[in-house]
Amino acid sequence: MSTAVGAPATPIDAPRGVRFPHVNYLNANYGIKSWLLTLDHKRIALLYLASVTFFFFLGGVYAIAIRLELMTPAGDLVESQTYNKLFTHHGVLMVFFFLIPSIPAILGNFLIPLMIGAKDLAFPRLNLLSWYIYMAGGIITLWALLSGGVDTGWTFYTPFSTTFSNGYVVAAGLGIFVNGFSSILTGLNFIVTIHTMRAPGMTWFRLPLFIWAHYATSIIFILGTPVIAITILLVALERLARIGIFDPALGGDPVLFQHLFWFYSHPAVYIMLLPSMGIVSEVIATFSRKNIFGYTFVAFSSIAIAVFGFLVWGHHMFTSSQSIYAGMVFSFISYAVAIPSAVKVFNWTATLYKGSISYDTPMLYALAFIGLFLIGGMTGLFLAALGLDVHVHDTYFVVAHFHYIMVGGALMGYLGGMHYWWPKITGRMYPEGWARFAALVIFVGFNLTFFPQFLLGYMGMPRRYHAYPVDAPVWQVLHVMSTSGASIMGVGMLIPMVYFIWSMRYGKFATANPWPATGLEWRTASPPPTENFGTTPVVTWEAYEFRPMEETEVIGPGDTPAQPIDGMQPTDGKNP
Amino acid sequence: MSEHIVPRKVYFVVFGALMVLTALTVFAANIDFGVLNDVIAMTIAVTKAVLVILFFMHVRYGSRLIMLVVVAGFFWLAILMVLTLSDYNSRKWVEQRVRQSTIPSEAGR
Ligand code: HEM
Ligand SMILES: [Cu+2]
Repeated sequence: MSTAVGAPATPIDAPRGVRFPHVNYLNANYGIKSWLLTLDHKRIALLYLASVTFFFFLGGVYAIAIRLELMTPAGDLVESQTYNKLFTHHGVLMVFFFLIPSIPAILGNFLIPLMIGAKDLAFPRLNLLSWYIYMAGGIITLWALLSGGVDTGWTFYTPFSTTFSNGYVVAAGLGIFVNGFSSILTGLNFIVTIHTMRAPGMTWFRLPLFIWAHYATSIIFILGTPVIAITILLVALERLARIGIFDPALGGDPVLFQHLFWFYSHPAVYIMLLPSMGIVSEVIATFSRKNIFGYTFVAFSSIAIAVFGFLVWGHHMFTSSQSIYAGMVFSFISYAVAIPSAVKVFNWTATLYKGSISYDTPMLYALAFIGLFLIGGMTGLFLAALGLDVHVHDTYFVVAHFHYIMVGGALMGYLGGMHYWWPKITGRMYPEGWARFAALVIFVGFNLTFFPQFLLGYMGMPRRYHAYPVDAPVWQVLHVMSTSGASIMGVGMLIPMVYFIWSMRYGKFATANPWPATGLEWRTASPPPTENFGTTPVVTWEAYEFRPMEETEVIGPGDTPAQPIDGMQPTDGKNP
Repeated sequence: MSEHIVPRKVYFVVFGALMVLTALTVFAANIDFGVLNDVIAMTIAVTKAVLVILFFMHVRYGSRLIMLVVVAGFFWLAILMVLTLSDYNSRKWVEQRVRQSTIPSEAGR
């Protein structure tokens, strides 16, 4: 196995607080300014990590409040108006400030240049700007939520949002509007980088599937986000200037809002999901020591999802007075979009087949992803059926469906990716035992939280209500199960927080390639030097060239070159 | 990249064309063409937009990749409009259906 740039060959016990033996992006310079004005994609990724984590925990606090209220049938903990604000704030923070930026802006930012053998993204200044825009959007939204709050739901449906709501709709909308530009800049940066900055020999079909997934995500960022921006602007115009766009009294049409909103927001659910799928492809290949089965199919299925995802938005509007003929078309295309998703699931399964599988933490999350995404996706097909949707629309069935995908899918992928690349990002190993334990806790907590919601929804529990009938005791049983599951999951989320922070100081030093895997990012030191690679790498191998573990130890992972490609001296495990 | 130098004359000609088309819009708005009203107004507007995109935004001198990006943008706009209109334009079919189907059932009572 090869090592690179001064990183020790095997994990060694790091004495407390010892600095890294080699110069890298973390210790190249110090001070607040070196972070806030950095143009290094790796440092910007860490800025995003800190801020996205903040919004995630804030969103989590609202979730806890919602679940506490629903433990009892009576709406006794908060008033209905407050409850409206709780679920709105939860949704807005989680969707726009956690799920959408999480993987692209953190792991995408960190890894895309490393994976394609580049020094940085194509536009480093734009990259930093995108973080400042994200922060500006976040602060505006926070201000709106804390000073008055919004009660429209994250979907901002008209005419409630334009005519009746007393909340800070325009201010929250402004925050989301501003935040959208950060998405657009990130997407633009990724597309240009992937087109123009690939190292010699890194052809399109040698790209890791993580890159393909981010390419597809970037397409959605660029083509979809402007539409939500315009839609928010129209809501603001109608609210402030009484221009008739959505309000029938002014000659508008409220259903038009739903068309515009879901034109972005259905593709946006794939923004949350596709990057996770990219992570799962990497992790599955590494921990089953096999090449991804049907690489080109998996790559193109990402693009197909991005494109077809734009054609199905009407499945959110079956009960909205949308024409049934349009509904039939949208329903049909919704079924079609399940095909590329299924291609991925089948190909991952085929990759696992006869692999030499090891159950390290990233793999646990990847396996959880496959199972939970399967349930989430299949219930999506239930919902896409015109007749069934009339029964379950706006019930907890829908809530369960999208949490299975967004938490069971996107969040599991994010956590798996954070564990998988943590050694690369920080140069330290996380404690494997604790991490597996936390993954198990999160998995159990997750299912206990959301599976009962399928049943509740099917029995008729509507979403967005803070009270429910007392004379249906089973409803309370299911709600209590859900709340206790949420508490378990909450604890499960805190464990990684603690050990990640702990490991930054006390974790064992990571080797350049701890798993070992074959991608370019593993062929430079952990953590990488500021310029990523000593010399520009030349790629002579395919995307995944894995061999079973027993062989790997003798002859190195796949075609890993015998010498480190960045031209520096390998070391014998002592500090240089 | 787009180092192409455009003679100043081109800009003036395009600007002139845009002004003429604006005048034409105002002029056409004052005449009633019946069903053609919207068609004429949209044709002029689209022509103006195309001129701006091709010359002022330099797409005409851009690489094929830039062309592709522009075309993709408009293609996606077309998706938005076509599928949204598929709802609005087929609503009257629903009404017709409803009317047809209620009459026999009422007669049966
Ligand atoms: C792949 C990732 C997916 C994600 C992240 C996702 C997410 C969501 C979200 C957030 C909602 C609720 C929106 C709201 O009303 O607040 C929703 C509803 C819905 N989803 Fe999915 N979904 C995904 C996949 C699918 C698939 C594959 C289908 C079907 C082919 C589907 C069909 C539906 C339908 C029909 C609804 C509307 C249900 C209703 O309101 O009655 N979803 N989904
Ligand atoms: Cu959807």
